[in-house]
Amino acid sequence: MQNLIDGILTGSYISLGAIGLTLVMHILRFANFSHAELLSIGAYAALVCDALVSALTPAFAAKLGPLSLTWSLMAAIVVSMIFTGLSAVVLDRLVFKRVREKGAELSMVFASFGMALVIRNVIGLIFGLSPELYSKDIAFAVVLSRDPLLLVKPDQVFVLLAALLLMLILHLILSRTTFGFSLRAVAENPALAQVNGVNLNRTIMAVWLIGGALAAAAGVFYGLSHQIIPVMGRDLVLPIFAATIVGGIGSVYGAVLGGFIVGIAANMSVLVLPAGYTPSIPFLLILAVLIMRPHGLFGEARA
Amino acid sequence: MPDPILAAEAVTAGYVPDLPILKNVSLAARTGQITLIIGPNGAGKSTLIKAVAGLVHINSGRILVAGREITGQSADRLASNGIAYVPQNNNIFRSLTIEQNLTLAARRAPAQTGVPLESLYAQFPALADKRRDKAGTLSGGQRQFLAIAMALAAAPRLILMDEPSAGLSPKAAQEVLEHARTLTAEGVSILLVEQNVNQAMRLADHCYIFAEGRNQLDGPAAELLNDPVVGEIYLGGRRVGAA
Repeated sequence: MQNLIDGILTGSYISLGAIGLTLVMHILRFANFSHAELLSIGAYAALVCDALVSALTPAFAAKLGPLSLTWSLMAAIVVSMIFTGLSAVVLDRLVFKRVREKGAELSMVFASFGMALVIRNVIGLIFGLSPELYSKDIAFAVVLSRDPLLLVKPDQVFVLLAALLLMLILHLILSRTTFGFSLRAVAENPALAQVNGVNLNRTIMAVWLIGGALAAAAGVFYGLSHQIIPVMGRDLVLPIFAATIVGGIGSVYGAVLGGFIVGIAANMSVLVLPAGYTPSIPFLLILAVLIMRPHGLFGEARA
Repeated sequence: MPDPILAAEAVTAGYVPDLPILKNVSLAARTGQITLIIGPNGAGKSTLIKAVAGLVHINSGRILVAGREITGQSADRLASNGIAYVPQNNNIFRSLTIEQNLTLAARRAPAQTGVPLESLYAQFPALADKRRDKAGTLSGGQRQFLAIAMALAAAPRLILMDEPSAGLSPKAAQEVLEHARTLTAEGVSILLVEQNVNQAMRLADHCYIFAEGRNQLDGPAAELLNDPVVGEIYLGGRRVGAA
């Protein structure tokens, strides 16, 4: 049971990362290996912003109830989502847009590999390689039950609820607004979207903004449950890709489900496998899905 | 005779810069009429329509709509400025509901000129019954009507239709083509590409015959329909009006 709870929590930030990746992969038709670095950018941006806000207005440094979270970190999450979304747009303008106009899909994949290494190392240069934490205090877990022993940290509950809230907001945008329709239209058929008056460049920008913002939230949530290190993107890229592929490329709901499947499977695997094998679980899931359902659980063959 | 709503002047265009599909094509479509383009496969019919819609790069020549040059404008701008394009395949968003398809299509119109969804539903009752269903569940004929309704949603002056009857049953094909005719009565102009030559020629006002990327012959549709030369040379040796 404890593993299941931990798995659901892991799944919540993997899902957020996978949503952005699945949108970018579907609309821009390339596997963006630098997507997980947006989580790092988000996590570090929130760290800096949190430090700034609590230094300027100490009142905001107070904790929120049982959470180790402070008002300043809450503000930092929002600022970081905006900052990371904009970073993703800038990254596209500086690198991916140029490659897209001249090269093939494979060039985009290699460019994204390169960008991942650059971002990871720049973060390492600026912040150093040692782990950082949002709060130095030890967060005490709440005992849900003693037999079997179930522990949940208040922060984890916050992470899960916040992730679900973000997914709900995205769901409402996609299913209720014409902006959401235009995003789905571009994902399904870019040329037809254009002849229906949708501006492709603006939509691509919006996709990067949304993907970056969700990645930032995922990065902060990862940082809250683990620690913030420059190589967190390297550790997260595989689970996020696995979630995207399991769910089906292009399906937001698939990405959410895929994220939870990957998170739960990885955490449950320690029951049957030595803990050192946990990172192999996403690989196995990718393999299983590609063999049995090549388009993923929710994916469709491309038109 | 009414002014041409669309004029193509010596247009050369294609998908790859050095390989033009259309070679020096000139054509005019008149307001409130159906202008038909026929010809064998690979003649450049669809390419011309896509060039007008802003989806194919134009190497040389120019395109004017209602006297204003639109050469090189982006497809989404043209779509917002009274030019609607109904592609042959994949012309609806399958993953969106019928209502979402129409809402999205109507949004491109400048403020206050869009057509209310209710009046589109009145025109296509079959769509009204299924407005909450995914468009992917529609039959072939219904899809074609949804695609046409999406074109009409922004109150266009000119509709470009690429083989709207392709893949439909003869009855559905007839319905779609006849609906096109009723639209011109309301002042909309249509540039139509069709393989269904017989039906289309009976419906159209003017007809162009393309072959090998060039405009070979044109004239009033009623005259060409009975021209034996047309049938022999361009339509596979069979007389058009005879079937």
